[in-house]
Amino acid sequence: MMTNNQPGMTLIVKTITRLTVGVILLYGIYIVLHGHLTPGGGFAGGVIIALSFVHLMLAFGKEVALKRFSMAAASVFESLAGLMFLTVAVLGFLGGWFFLSIYGKGEPFALFSAHMVLLSNIAIGCKVGAGLFAVVLGMLILTKSEGKK
Amino acid sequence: MIYSLCLILFGVGLYCVIAKRNIVKIIIGLAIMEYAVNLLFVLFGYRLNGSAPILDKIQETKNIVDPLPQALVLTAIVIGLATTALLVSVAIRIYEKYGTFDISKIKKLRG
Amino acid sequence: MNMLDIQILLIMMVVGAVIAVESRNLLSAIVAVGLVGLFQSLAFLLLMAPDLAIVQLVVEILGIVILLRATIKRDTISPEGGFRFLPVFAGIVLAAPIVIAACLTALELPAFGHPLMSVAKTYIADGLAKTGAGNIVAGIILDFRAYDTLGEAVVLFTAVIGALAVLRKVGRKQKEERSAAE
Repeated sequence: MMTNNQPGMTLIVKTITRLTVGVILLYGIYIVLHGHLTPGGGFAGGVIIALSFVHLMLAFGKEVALKRFSMAAASVFESLAGLMFLTVAVLGFLGGWFFLSIYGKGEPFALFSAHMVLLSNIAIGCKVGAGLFAVVLGMLILTKSEGKK
Repeated sequence: MIYSLCLILFGVGLYCVIAKRNIVKIIIGLAIMEYAVNLLFVLFGYRLNGSAPILDKIQETKNIVDPLPQALVLTAIVIGLATTALLVSVAIRIYEKYGTFDISKIKKLRG
Repeated sequence: MNMLDIQILLIMMVVGAVIAVESRNLLSAIVAVGLVGLFQSLAFLLLMAPDLAIVQLVVEILGIVILLRATIKRDTISPEGGFRFLPVFAGIVLAAPIVIAACLTALELPAFGHPLMSVAKTYIADGLAKTGAGNIVAGIILDFRAYDTLGEAVVLFTAVIGALAVLRKVGRKQKEERSAAE
């Protein structure tokens, strides 16, 4: 059903993907970092980061995406982000309780304030993004089916 | 009145899970049930003429909608996506083993 | 009623759900589920929950991509024979009493628009002072109730591991085919 034999989609889709996939990744990182000031947070930003990699994989075929972010790298990244979230929690033992917020609060409405919320947002954003990308990548490369997808 | 519309949506999803034979239809029914439950939680916390639970430098109003159901639903939405992905992987494996999505034929074939 | 817009959105969501359930073509059903998710995101926006609107929209997009991955290149017409009496009857008999009982229970709750907010009053009152975050919902899920977020991270991890474990396992027939091909 395809008129060209190259993996991925047509030329129009590839051109537009080249222009926009970096902007989508940057937008996801922005939503993660500003999670304590504006709506969004770790979960929304993480899913947007996963969507940018999935977009790259759907438009160019799986080899190009695997070169950027392979399956092993995604698994390691997700586990490291989960461990970082646990570290933020265990460091509360320095104050007396699990998950106690011993970090500073900073001045309100600045970008680097509320350090516990900021660190947790970054950890959860990486975890959700890497995990969901690993699942979609697994569906595309681990099942045998004829055709481009 | 609004609660009953949301519960009718839940009932439509529940009917789809019970009465359909295709596995992908069953997954669609589960997704509709999840949407209905998440919406019901947020409906319980709405306050008439309230504002969003984001504080700004100009803190002029204190009539804020309930932020607690929103905090509960926020993680529930992402968990719903993860379980849908798990179900779809099982459906893909079933299709590769039996060649069909029909659950009444899967019981008869032996692997 | 000043809630006319939410009621219209809910009615359209029910119509979209009925189309998704009854359509024979699987691609139309998946598009209808996407429609229900989009209206759900609009409903979250009208109910003053911008966090949830963003998350619901992007999760809906990824959900449609995953569902399409399962059905494309495989059969996309549902194998319904006709009107089979027993499953439809069982579906209506089991689903209707649950919905009616839940509607009768929902009459006992506080009226729509006047929540109790007995716990949330303290969260709103000293949310900014204790956590330093302007977004109260982010402060709740990552500072006041961080245990729940830890549980959610564990559930997400387990679901990802489960999906990868199911996809990685090669069945017995495929092993025979691959060893016969070599």
